[in-house]
Order: sequence, then structure tokens, then C-alpha cells
Amino acid sequence: MVHVSATPVLALRGVSKRFGAVQALTDVELEVHAGEVVALVGDNGAGKSTLVKTIAGVHPVDEGVIEWEGRSVHINRPQDAQGLGIATVYQDLALCDNLDVVGNLYLGRELLRYGSLDEVTMEKRSRELLNTLSIRIPSVRIPIASLSGGQRQVVAIARALIGEPKVVILDEPTAALGVEQTAQVLDLVERLRERRLGVILISHNMADVTAVADTVHVLRLGKNNGAFPVKGTTNEQIIAAITGATDNAVTRRLARNAEATQ
Amino acid sequence: MSDKTTMHQPLDEVPPPAVAPLDPRLLVREEGFKGYLTEFKRKMKGGELGSLPVIVALIIIWTIFQLKDSLFLSSANMVNICYFMAGTGMLAVGLVFVLLLGEIDLSVASVSGLAAAVFASLSVTHGVNAWVAVVLTVLTGIAIGAVHGFFFAKIGVPAFVVTLAGFLGWTGLMQWLLRGTGSLTIQDKGLLHVLGQRSFFMNQSIAGAYILATLGVAALLIGSLIDQTRRRAAGVPYRPTSEILVRTIALAVVAYVAAYVLNKSAGVPNALVIFLATLVICDFVLRRTTFGRKVFAVGGSIEAARRAGINVAMIRIVVFAISGGFAAIGGLFLAGQTYTATLQAGTGNLLMLAIAAAVIGGTSLFGGRGNVWSALLGMLVIQSIQTGLDLLNMDQSIQYMITGAVLLAAVVVDSVSRRTQRSSGRA
Repeated sequence: MVHVSATPVLALRGVSKRFGAVQALTDVELEVHAGEVVALVGDNGAGKSTLVKTIAGVHPVDEGVIEWEGRSVHINRPQDAQGLGIATVYQDLALCDNLDVVGNLYLGRELLRYGSLDEVTMEKRSRELLNTLSIRIPSVRIPIASLSGGQRQVVAIARALIGEPKVVILDEPTAALGVEQTAQVLDLVERLRERRLGVILISHNMADVTAVADTVHVLRLGKNNGAFPVKGTTNEQIIAAITGATDNAVTRRLARNAEATQ
Repeated sequence: MSDKTTMHQPLDEVPPPAVAPLDPRLLVREEGFKGYLTEFKRKMKGGELGSLPVIVALIIIWTIFQLKDSLFLSSANMVNICYFMAGTGMLAVGLVFVLLLGEIDLSVASVSGLAAAVFASLSVTHGVNAWVAVVLTVLTGIAIGAVHGFFFAKIGVPAFVVTLAGFLGWTGLMQWLLRGTGSLTIQDKGLLHVLGQRSFFMNQSIAGAYILATLGVAALLIGSLIDQTRRRAAGVPYRPTSEILVRTIALAVVAYVAAYVLNKSAGVPNALVIFLATLVICDFVLRRTTFGRKVFAVGGSIEAARRAGINVAMIRIVVFAISGGFAAIGGLFLAGQTYTATLQAGTGNLLMLAIAAAVIGGTSLFGGRGNVWSALLGMLVIQSIQTGLDLLNMDQSIQYMITGAVLLAAVVVDSVSRRTQRSSGRA
């Protein structure tokens, strides 16, 4: 386990969000430290995506406070989140198929030299970035269309890192990937932790979560339903928290046995 | 991916190599000329046809017309082709921008006719200075394009409907401007003098064509060498000197042969010089500026462009404004051919010719792929067919049928090559 700093880089305190008649989030708490991988799990409709979107600035929060490095901040637009240093990689990667890897990495923040695109520096820095992340791409000058799903995923994550963020949100990064590509993305998540970034990882896959996460936060029906350190927690405990199946035959028997021994 | 052991090593222990080891699955081009051939074959199989279909088409067209009429490849006829292709070519340049977004502008021919009428009305009827009138005319075109862009980008009307409405509306405005007389004679001064049929670069001096050819070749050679030096210094892959030389020599052969042929007659028409200069500027804008990168990004994926912080609506409006501006410039070129603004300007098959030129030259109808040079290559094909059929005294009905067939063929090549590219993972 990596050392975790005291003040969380990002903290949500009592965040609530309504959409019309639906209470999507109720008093949600979340803390992310530098160099920590926080997995966010929950069933469909548990509020994971809504929570991520409030952090990314897509939906402003109705109630509650977002703290950034200990200070209370307002995130009303995606630009606010980007300005703080929060990068989001959405499930649909949104890369331009017709542009090459360098073009996609620097899209929207191209480097200029005498007013024209500085292709040489962008290509050099792209190669350096991909190298430090141990990402293998055949060439940084081939169009995205030529890359596999896993390669596109790592390009999308690398793209989020160009702006030097402090927190990276990954929405289902392994959902559509094969075994080897998933391993590659999980390796990349560990490398983000080594670079002292805070990572919020949304996933349905328990194996992925236990493989890389430090802490697992469970959301259920828009509320916190437990935060577990990955070490010392079983998959069953997490799944029980996700499904709300804490009250079942097994738990009742355990409770009865406990009472009996007393 | 290929080597799992290195993947799992922590970053701190193994400093990354300065240059990434190449992925073994990447088909690296072999050195030397054999490498060129293999690369060429691979690209053809993958549907990356580039300019090849155009060059093949051009050779076939020139051979057929030369066999039918020995005057076709004469110097005078080549000067003709070069002069007359500039006007429609300008429309095609504007269309390349729109096609890169994956959209279409059906109003360019109509706007070009309106531009001629606006110019004639300003300079002849209202006595405005010839140069001021040119500026006002081009601004009119830009404003019309911006209006199209606004309805498309902000209101959400499909581009082909907006520009189809424009096609009709602007034709009506042109007829209203020319009401009564039906045509206006334009004076031979200002820009229109430069665009005239008797206007040649450096007054028909033999040196003119060679100076242009030398400028072009020198620019390519020096530009490539500077790029090579910077890339080598930065430690990224660069073009080998042999490849730079081959490219420069290829351009030199084409440029000097063209200069020689044109010089046997009157030299390089000024209209062509302006057309070529426009292409160089537009190529720079599209490939080397953030605006150009944004145009390609919007043409590739709107959602990705939006998430990257690109103002998609603004890019669309600007691109349609560019198209309108070039349509107006093209209209002035076409008016300069006859020194009149007539009710016939911008009618007939002009729109189809301009679209055909852009697509034949290799700009995809599906957006995100292409370059402005396709306007030049496509216009060479289109104008060769036009001029050849004129030489053979073919009826206009035949011309329409042949142009239609050529446009269809170009779109078929575009669609098929796109499908092949997709199946070989390139699109």
C-alpha cells in the first residue's frame, strides 16, 4: 500500500443532488488522497455516474460542499473542474478517429511555435508521456482508427494526463476490454498512483476493483453504503453492501448465534 | 502488450528509454526504394488511395482527348485549361472546408452568380472604386455563408436544406439585382483586370513561369530540410534525405515541365497564380494552425471536439463563412472570364463541377479526410474534360451526362475506399 497524505486532495461533504422528483444523491461523503485509488461501486442507478458528473462539473451540486486540498470550492462548469486539476475519462472515449495519436492527445491545447502548430515538440512530449506510462502504441503518428480498444482506452487516459491533473476519474475503463487490455489499463492505474495522483475508479468488476483499489466506496440508492479498505475486506462484504443484502438468512443466523453465545 | 515482463516493472526502477522500442507488429517501412514499393502496395490494399485515382484518371482523359484531337495537349490549350479552372477551383476550395466537416454547401454556385451581380452593380451602377467593390463583394459572400452557418449550427437545420434554400434565394436576389437589363458589363480594371483572359504573370515573360516553379521547388526542399533538422534534434522519426530528394525532384519535374509547356504559349495566367497562392495559404491554415486542427476534429467526432473545449458551433459558422467567401471570389473569377455579370452566372452545372472537383481530388464526402490540393487535382480533371469536349464540339447535353458520370465515379471511389479503409482498420 502506498503512503496516503493527511489532507484529502478532493473531498465531498454531504453532497446532495436532485433531478425533478428524483433524489439522485443524498448526503454523500467521499475522500480522495494523493496517491490513492478509490473505487466507486454500486448497482445500476446507484448514483455513481451522477456523483462523477458533479465532480466533473457537468451537474452542479444542490447541497453540500466540495473541498479541494482542504478549501471549499464551487464546481459549476466542466472548465472549473479542469482548472482545479480534475480530469475525467468517460466511458465513451470521445477520440477523433481521423486524427493521429499526437493530434488527439493535444486536441484543444495544441502547442504553438510562431503561431503555427509545433508538431515536433508535441510528438516528442507524446512519446515521452507514453513511455513513462509504459504504453505501447505502434506509432504516435497513426490514426486512432487503427488502434485496438485497449490502446484507445490508454490513449484516452494519457490524454487526460496532458493537463497535469491531480485527480483522474475513470468511468468504467475496463468495461469493453479483453483480458490483456484490462491488465494493461489496470497497470496504468497503478502507474497513476505511483505518480501521486488521486484516482476515482468506477467499475462493476470486483476483480478489477480488488486488484488496484486502496479503498472501496459503495453507493446504494444515492447514499453512502459503506467504505471499505480493500485489504481485509472480502468480495462478499462489498457485494452485500452493493445489493443491500445485509439482512438475509446468513446474517440473521450469525446474529442469532451471537445472541445465543451471550 | 507484447512483452508482459516489462509492463509490470515499476516505473522508478527502469528509466524509460529515450526512444520507445518499436512495436513488433508495426509494419515499419523498409529502407530504400524497395520499401517505397511495399508501403505503396500496402496502402493500395488498405484503401489509402491518396491522389492515385486522380492521376490515373488524368492520364486516361488526356490520352483519349489527344487521340481524338491532336490540339488537346498543345501549349495554347493547356494555358486555356489552367486559366479556366481557377474560377470553379475557388468554389471547390471553399467546398473542401465544408466537406472536411462532413457537410455540404449547395449554395456556392448561386452565391458566385450573386457575387458577380453585386460587384457589377456596385462598380458599374453605383460607381464604387473597383478594389473597394471587390472587398465588399467578398464580404457579402462571407456574410451569406455565416448566415447559412448560423441556421445550421445554432438552429440545427440540416446544412443541405439551409444551403438549398440559399441556392434558390440567392439566385432570386441576383435576378432582382440584374432586373431590367439582364446583364451588366464590367470594366476591365482593378482585380478584374488581373483576372482577365489576357492577363499573365510578369507580362508573359518567359522568366515568370520558371521563377514560380523555382519558388515552389525551393520552398518544398528548404521546408523539408528544416523539418528534418528539427525532428532529428528532438529525437523523433524524420524523413530520410533520400525521400526528401525524391519528393523534391518529382515536384521539380512536374513544375518545370508545366512552366515549359505554358511558356511555349503565353505563360502562366494570373488567375492560376492567385489560385495556387490561395491553395498554399489554405493548406497552411488547415494543417498547421489550431483552427485547421479544430476543423478536422469536428469532422472526425463532434463529441470529442466538444469535450476538448472546441466551440463546435463557431467552427461550423466560420467554415460556412469561408465557403461563402470563396464562392464570391470564384464568382469574380468567373465574371472576369467574360467581363459581364449575367443571369446565367452560377447556373447550369457549376455547382456539380465544384463538388465533383473537391471529391475527385480526394476529399471525402464523409468528413475529416482530405486536403485543399484536391481542389487543384480535381479541377485539372474537370477542366480537361470540359475543354476536351468543347474542342470536339460536343453538345452541352453530352457534357452534362459525362460530368454526371465522372462525379458518380468519384463518389464511388470515395465510398469504396472508405469501406476498404474501415475493414483494414484505417477509418
